[in-house]
Amino acid sequence: MIVQALAFYAFSAVAIASAVMVISSRNPVHSVFYLILAFFNAAGLFVLLGAEFLAMILVVVYVGAVAVLFLFVVMMLDVNFVELRQGFLQYLPIGATVGAILLVELVFIFSAWAFGGGTLAAPAPDPTEIANTHALGNLLYTRYVFAFQAAGLVLLVAMIGAIVLTLRQRVGVRRQKIARQVSRARAEAVEVVKVPTGQGV
Amino acid sequence: MPSFPLPPLSPALPEIFLAAASMALLLFGVFRGERAAREASWLAALALVVAVVLVLGGGGPRQLALYGMFVTDAFAVFMKVLVLLGGIFAIVMSIRWNEQARIARFEFPVLVLLATTGMMMMVSAADLISLYIGLELQSLSLYVLAGFKRDTVRSAEAGLKYFVLGALASGMMLYGCSMVYGFAGATDFATLAATLSGGETLAIGPLVGIVFVVVGLAFKVSAVPFHMWTPDVYEGAPTPVTAFFSVAPKVAAIALFLRVMIEPFGGYVADWRQVIWLISVASMVLGSVAAINQSNFKRLMAYSSIGHIGYALIGLAAGSKEGVESVLIYMAIYVFMNVGTFAVILLMRRNGEDVEAIDDLQGLAQTHPALALSLAIFMFAMAGIPPLSGFFGKLYVFMAAINAELYVLAVIGVVTSVVGAYYYIRIVKLMYFDAPKPAFDRPFGAEMSAVLAVTAVVTLFFFIAPSVVVDSAAAAAASLFPG
Repeated sequence: MIVQALAFYAFSAVAIASAVMVISSRNPVHSVFYLILAFFNAAGLFVLLGAEFLAMILVVVYVGAVAVLFLFVVMMLDVNFVELRQGFLQYLPIGATVGAILLVELVFIFSAWAFGGGTLAAPAPDPTEIANTHALGNLLYTRYVFAFQAAGLVLLVAMIGAIVLTLRQRVGVRRQKIARQVSRARAEAVEVVKVPTGQGV
Repeated sequence: MPSFPLPPLSPALPEIFLAAASMALLLFGVFRGERAAREASWLAALALVVAVVLVLGGGGPRQLALYGMFVTDAFAVFMKVLVLLGGIFAIVMSIRWNEQARIARFEFPVLVLLATTGMMMMVSAADLISLYIGLELQSLSLYVLAGFKRDTVRSAEAGLKYFVLGALASGMMLYGCSMVYGFAGATDFATLAATLSGGETLAIGPLVGIVFVVVGLAFKVSAVPFHMWTPDVYEGAPTPVTAFFSVAPKVAAIALFLRVMIEPFGGYVADWRQVIWLISVASMVLGSVAAINQSNFKRLMAYSSIGHIGYALIGLAAGSKEGVESVLIYMAIYVFMNVGTFAVILLMRRNGEDVEAIDDLQGLAQTHPALALSLAIFMFAMAGIPPLSGFFGKLYVFMAAINAELYVLAVIGVVTSVVGAYYYIRIVKLMYFDAPKPAFDRPFGAEMSAVLAVTAVVTLFFFIAPSVVVDSAAAAAASLFPG
């Protein structure tokens, strides 16, 4: 129990600290790295909750795909972050208001939790009996197999669409042709010329 | 370790076949390269024909499949055949046009196939989840098709506009679905119908959910006030895509509309009828009035399709078996009139350039008598002049409204169809009584002539054997109402 509590506090503390660093670090690349750290710690919290599938998905999707995409954008686009920050103070009142509203909502939730009494117990399956990845797989490939497969088709359409709308056959681009490079014989690469003495080629 | 038996897949055979065919066609196209567009198009049309055969062969009593997510019944068979016909016509008509517009690529028929698969899933949806997935598969393919002519600003604009507004509508619909799920605790239509049929009137929660679902569906059928995207998308999208848009997705969305309103929420006709009533009236009025001022034929057809959806929704507002039957007949007739009209629009090209203005039709009767005759047939049919097919569509719809005691709706429908007749018949006047403009480019191509001939003959001679459509529509409508 104590180990779990310690792990929880460690993960949450690092998650919050890195979340703060995401918005406060000067270098946007550092921000993205802190974001990745926050994702990892959130994944750790999910593992503590017994939702190891969510944890894996978080790492695979958010760290593996989304964060890398962010990195690409940050590194490839020439965004002037110093300029973006100029209006920061100007928008502070709005941000503070939104934050205050969220805080009040949190207080409401917690008070309802603490004093409401009639909360529903989350239906927790016995983790020794079936792992939740396994349970999800059982559902996805049986009860929801139709939706699952059709969602795959939707993704296929998205891929075809992206290619149709953006791929351009550019003319005049020199591509590397490995087969041609390998099959190149000495005869066509080097020309041996006998240079008579005293004259040029 | 629990073992699960493989669910019976045979009811979904047409969908599975189409999905597999589209993937095979994709491979074929990738290996053949850019030259494969023509073969891929014909193969796709062939696949759709095979799917029609499979759909017709799979008819029969109602059966649920795939754990209650998928249903086949006479209604699904009827609507799927219409959707597939729309797809076949669209692909056949696209071949020449795409080559002339230099957008002949093999992805086009593949996307049409995938969109058609999504539409068939919509028609067969028996669960809010399969409803949404089918709708998204369809919509996503259509967004790409709208922007298919990516080098022109208008096509890109059409794709983007359709995408943004469509995503908004999908969001609204998902919100509605979540409300319904939250209050009823189930997503499949059978359980929803059983759970919701408790009280006299519907509780406010599910009602709000239904309204949001209606908003999403109304967007997909482009009913007023969710029609704003229609004229721009119709005008900007490549013309074969517009032809496809105006037929197949409408049929599928109307089918979904009917099934959702009748199956899970059928016990509360009185609650949702006012919503459908309002949408129907607004669509009819806007469709007939706003089209008068249009000079672009494709925009005109956009407003015309909005109006037609208004008429079809009259049958839904009736909420009866007869009402559903009238909607089915209306949609069947609409498919042929509309495909024929778009075949004419596709042939409107002068000196290698597409012309889309209505004034370009002036004197068509002298330059192309056969073309003018067939367009006149379609225009008279759309205006609802007897004995052409469009008249019967309107007749059945109005009769259903009167039998459901929706007199005001029927009267508004008749009045707006008189107003709408003005712009349809004006086109006939332009073709027959105005000084001719230079002729359109020839040759038209055998397949275009065939499409024109088939649609014109069906539209003209519908009255000889209406029972073919009417009887199967009656059987299809009956399958939606158990007991």
